[in-house]
Amino acid sequence: MTSTLFPLGWVHYLSGGLLIGSGVALLFLLTGRIGGMSTVFSSTWSFVSRASYFQQERFTGSRVWRLIYAAGLIGGAAMWWASFGGGQRLSTGVPAWQLLVGGLLVGYGARLSNGCTSGHGICGLGSLQVPSLAAVLTFMATAFATAQAVVAWNGG
Amino acid sequence: MERGLNMRASQVLAVLVSGMLFGFGLALSTMVSPEVVLSFLQWRDAGLMLVMGGALVVTLLAYRFGPLVLKRPLLGGEFGHHVAVMDRDTLVGAAIFGVGWGLCGVCPGPAIAGLGAGQVELLWALAGIFAGAGLQGWQASR
Repeated sequence: MTSTLFPLGWVHYLSGGLLIGSGVALLFLLTGRIGGMSTVFSSTWSFVSRASYFQQERFTGSRVWRLIYAAGLIGGAAMWWASFGGGQRLSTGVPAWQLLVGGLLVGYGARLSNGCTSGHGICGLGSLQVPSLAAVLTFMATAFATAQAVVAWNGG
Repeated sequence: MERGLNMRASQVLAVLVSGMLFGFGLALSTMVSPEVVLSFLQWRDAGLMLVMGGALVVTLLAYRFGPLVLKRPLLGGEFGHHVAVMDRDTLVGAAIFGVGWGLCGVCPGPAIAGLGAGQVELLWALAGIFAGAGLQGWQASR
């Protein structure tokens, strides 16, 4: 059963998830902050854009700690790479255009929805927010449909 | 106004270490590899459920019991709240996000963390996410 559900094993998934949760929990218990990741992509715009949306206090007041949080993400992944990465850098075979176009939709959609996999999926569900549950079910449905359509398009 | 610049050193360190735990977890769980995320979305590997489930349980406990046990956060300030509203933008945005996620297998956290594991191809996704967030904010400002 587990070999068909988790062909690559399951321990690293669960322990990684617990670590992600520990990061979000530590941030909250120490500083009271809610650590979803998509907001940094709006708050960082506030440094360079005068547009009224970006100049809201929720972005200008959080842009510095959000960048520090993002730097921590890179540092933490670098520590994993140095200790368990096996010396080889990770790479992906997903085509550049797919990353760029997909990224564009991810950025636009997550910010319109005010949350992503971590904002709605972890922080929102973690606060038992019904709108976040609706958002998670919605993006899971369209993500499944899109990913399967790509497979079909590429000839199964 | 610019609260961030007035952060104490202990707060900067707390935010940095929290981010590092998050980033280490994303790398350990291989969520920084688009192929692994896509294999979940194509129903070939259920691993992402364990990642989200594990993260959710720890977060739920902290959000629920932290404010009951502590009057305020350990380094000062107030406990924040995640506020989500049930409206058209939340659902339409989520639907668009899902299409993009299903196309590239990258969401905002892994797009950032992946760079730390040398996944430089993710700069394409990172550029796309920044541009998408910029477009959304520019539209909302008009």
